[in-house]
Amino acid sequence: MNEALLRSLTPSVLGILVRRGADFAAAEDAVQDALVEALRVWPADPPRDPKGWLVTVAWRRFLDQARSDTARRRREELVDEEPAPGPTPAVDDTLQLYFLCAHPSLTPSSAVALTLRAVGGLTTRQIAQAYLVPEATMAQRISRAKRTVSGVGVSPARATSRAGARFDQPGDVATVLRVLYLVFNEGYSGDVDLATEAIRLTRQLAAVIDHPEVAGLLALMLLHHARRATRTAPDGSLVPLAEQDRGRWDTESIAEGVEILQAALARDRLGEFQAQAAIAALHADAPTAEETDWVQIVEWYDELARLTDSPVVRLNRAVAVGEADGPRAGLAALAALDGSSPSPSRKGSAVPRHAAVAAYLHERDGDLTTAARLYAEAAQQAPNLAERDYLTRQAARLNTDRSR
Amino acid sequence: MAKYLLLKHYRGAPAAVNDVPMAQWAPEEISAHVQYMQDFAARLEKTGEFVDGQALAPEGTWVRYDGEGRPPVTDGPFAETKDLIAGWMVIDVDSYERAVELAGELSAAPGAGGKPIHEWLEVRPFLTAPPTITE
Repeated sequence: MNEALLRSLTPSVLGILVRRGADFAAAEDAVQDALVEALRVWPADPPRDPKGWLVTVAWRRFLDQARSDTARRRREELVDEEPAPGPTPAVDDTLQLYFLCAHPSLTPSSAVALTLRAVGGLTTRQIAQAYLVPEATMAQRISRAKRTVSGVGVSPARATSRAGARFDQPGDVATVLRVLYLVFNEGYSGDVDLATEAIRLTRQLAAVIDHPEVAGLLALMLLHHARRATRTAPDGSLVPLAEQDRGRWDTESIAEGVEILQAALARDRLGEFQAQAAIAALHADAPTAEETDWVQIVEWYDELARLTDSPVVRLNRAVAVGEADGPRAGLAALAALDGSSPSPSRKGSAVPRHAAVAAYLHERDGDLTTAARLYAEAAQQAPNLAERDYLTRQAARLNTDRSR
Repeated sequence: MAKYLLLKHYRGAPAAVNDVPMAQWAPEEISAHVQYMQDFAARLEKTGEFVDGQALAPEGTWVRYDGEGRPPVTDGPFAETKDLIAGWMVIDVDSYERAVELAGELSAAPGAGGKPIHEWLEVRPFLTAPPTITE
């Protein structure tokens, strides 16, 4: 029994049911039933057309359910008139699912959960484990999300005219990409690797929609993922970019990312994921940290700042300026950013990691006292354990050096 | 999508607005208070935001390692510590704002006279594993 095959077929089977007019939640239940049936029947009697088989069984389940529901008699007559299921092109149906799962009426965590479930075909238990919450909590989150998008309703008539059309709007693509990037950034825990899952789903999306930012995100994920094994030491501590073992970077993944990015950039419709991927590509391209093309990286940060105007981007730009033109220039760029009074609360008003960047630039400028103080301050504001430990060690390193 | 700890303190927090010791409440006021907390947790289970929650006894013991082969040093039980934790709830929410909103709601649990206690709760984010992107 090929579980990977089943998982890869799930979204398009679900998409076909939704497109034929099945309510999202009911369609999802029917597909789950069909998958259970497949696990039971296929080992002894493998179908010639696995997808056609799944569509047929799922559709029958859906009809049974609709029939047993007297309140839905009118719709039952409607669906009964539909032609018998046969081989169906999957393209638009899967796209529809991505759109539904990233619907603006869902909160980010619900959108992520529903995407992993409906498009990714993961079980509720797997998703709950990945997010370290009880299975019951995740089950509720997913069923609420299903109810929410069921209310949205994509009838066959409207699917092409409205929802399908809306998906072509850049704003909608952006929502889907944001959800996929959230999945990627969750990293992984337990037996589900969310980064790999996000790459798989973005690949699928790139196969059904022709959009430079989809390619940009896929390139970005591949370039980041290529360095993953070198980002942490065996004890879990953080290894900064300059100290990573470049020999262990996944060159195949880097080459693929660069190729996808170049094709996207050639279309001259720049977006923030392409710009971020360009920066990642410049890092991945450098044979040593010293040979990094910081001047070009600063230029890409300028583009990125123009596209997003996010304080985090301007903070990263200050780091790049510090490398390209020296720490004084970096500190000047940093001073232009209002992060001077990071509050101890986590309201997000202060720019995250501002103190860490300031500490690094002051150290390179030779002001070790200020640097040590800022590293300690940065450690207190760190959003995760690995970063906190790393910054605490930096502060300790400078403090011990000076006391000798 | 971040986890927050909502901490309820026995002592150490600023005084609640409706500051009457629980021992002086009417029994039905206590039942209403407990019911409120249970309903709150049940509702968060339904929204998919509940992770875990427990109540803690007011008494605790300080424990310290006292060298190889020696039993750990204990000091307590103590009742005079300024800051004891009464209970906690872990939630998994979309934003800091949502965590604060829920803590505010929990703080409005009914107390003496059926009026909200307006007690102070502590909201603390969990430190997590690093995300994929930090450099």
